[in-house]
Amino acid sequence: MVLILFEEIISGLELSRDEEEALAGKPGDALASAYRILVAIGEATGAKKLVPVKWAHVSGVNYNTIGDAGVQFLDKFSRTAKVVVRTTLNPMGYDKNHPEGIPEKFQGKQTSIVKSYERMGVTPSFTCTPYEVFDIPRKGTAVSFAESNAAVYSNSLLGLMTNKESSLSALASSVTGKAPLSELRLDEGRNPKVNIEANFKFGSELDYGLMGYFAGKAVKDSSVALSGIFKPSTIEAKALSAGIGTSGSCGMFTLGKAKEKISFDKKEAKAVMDELNTAEDGDIITLGSPQLGMNELDLLARLTEGKKFNKRCMIFCSRAIHNQAAKVGLTGRLERSGAEFMCDSCTCLTPYVIKEKYDSVVSNSVKGAYYLNNSNKVMVALKDIKTIAKEYTE
Amino acid sequence: MIISNCKKIVGGSGEGQALVTAQPINFLAMIDATTGRITDPKHELYNKSLKGVVLVFPYAIGSSVGAYVFYSMREYGTAPSAVVCARADITTASGCAIANIPVVDLPKGAQGIKHGAVARVEADAGRITVKV
Repeated sequence: MVLILFEEIISGLELSRDEEEALAGKPGDALASAYRILVAIGEATGAKKLVPVKWAHVSGVNYNTIGDAGVQFLDKFSRTAKVVVRTTLNPMGYDKNHPEGIPEKFQGKQTSIVKSYERMGVTPSFTCTPYEVFDIPRKGTAVSFAESNAAVYSNSLLGLMTNKESSLSALASSVTGKAPLSELRLDEGRNPKVNIEANFKFGSELDYGLMGYFAGKAVKDSSVALSGIFKPSTIEAKALSAGIGTSGSCGMFTLGKAKEKISFDKKEAKAVMDELNTAEDGDIITLGSPQLGMNELDLLARLTEGKKFNKRCMIFCSRAIHNQAAKVGLTGRLERSGAEFMCDSCTCLTPYVIKEKYDSVVSNSVKGAYYLNNSNKVMVALKDIKTIAKEYTE
Repeated sequence: MIISNCKKIVGGSGEGQALVTAQPINFLAMIDATTGRITDPKHELYNKSLKGVVLVFPYAIGSSVGAYVFYSMREYGTAPSAVVCARADITTASGCAIANIPVVDLPKGAQGIKHGAVARVEADAGRITVKV
């Protein structure tokens, strides 16, 4: 007992002299706030020191999510803080080329947020899939990703090392270039203790999303093992990562077994569907949470070739992906099928999709369904992308 | 009752009625920062206000943007006066660090804090005093 107590006392986070001085406010208030955040998350995750990170991906861009307090915080913070590592940005509330129907007040607040980030030197990428847009550092590189699907995807498929950061902790990493050495930045934190085993044949990306949501809820560790599934394709891995990131605190998956096993049967999949699938049909179709990549656009274009959507279909993707897709004619093909593109934004918490406009939407995104149901109060019919293309085109 | 050996996550002290739940909280999706109330009918603290309470909960889940909700609650005057976690997560720790809300983790095996009891959290001393 005495030994354990002793260990607890000496096991705090140790800072270098420079870090101590920054925490005390020597180089200014903004950096002191950033170090205050790093110390708090370092203590929370049991880190012994801070380590350099190569890339920060910051969330907290959409005015709908950070509100007036966030606008003011960023305005003040950005007056003195500057990023010291590559820093990319999550989606904002709407497409800056399609402000139709977005209230002027919202546009003003959103513009202020974007200006604050730009003032700090952040790249205004407005994407929740930075892993599909930017060069990927080599395996084992420590990064700091706030967007949960990006953290899970990058840890699990790209070998980057990030904890499931918050909007503010990734921001702190962006201006200090540091993050705590803990959890998923340590090899031992990346070894899962619990294994979720799928006991039925998956039919689509939607099943991967449901499994992810179930796994995130069931597992309290930083990583989870998944078995009984084939190696997911890109579209399936995105659905899986987004599902895991939405429901829990887990930030990584591996394929394989672990010590403790939890079954994911049809019954468990149905329970997640019962929670999130709140409508049989929708007024419109929204695709893109996470934002769609080239793979998904190509798939959708093939599925809808020569046909027309019989409902409004909004496709959310990053501007970078939109530009790539335009070059190879993909956007034109999808627009001929009646789809509309929205860049800079995504399905979650956008003022494009609100209950004043729509009672319900059709989507293939488990993450989108969670936020549409809970935050936008819009009901969701969850269907996989092939079914959507089949049922809603003529 | 005094619970000592709590782990300090964010320093400071605060006092209030304990609002206790065993369910995690998604701050972005479940809290209205302007009122401090929990808006998810499926959560056991549905419609309860966090204003001025000592919030005792396991950890936060879901969106990374939840960190801003702590800061917003501070600005709207609806923030809890202290937070007690089973295992504080990054969203809670970072949000409370910026909002100046003291946070501690309960030591393993600590006796539960009773809902509605008045509790004082002294994070720097790692101590919670529960008045009956």
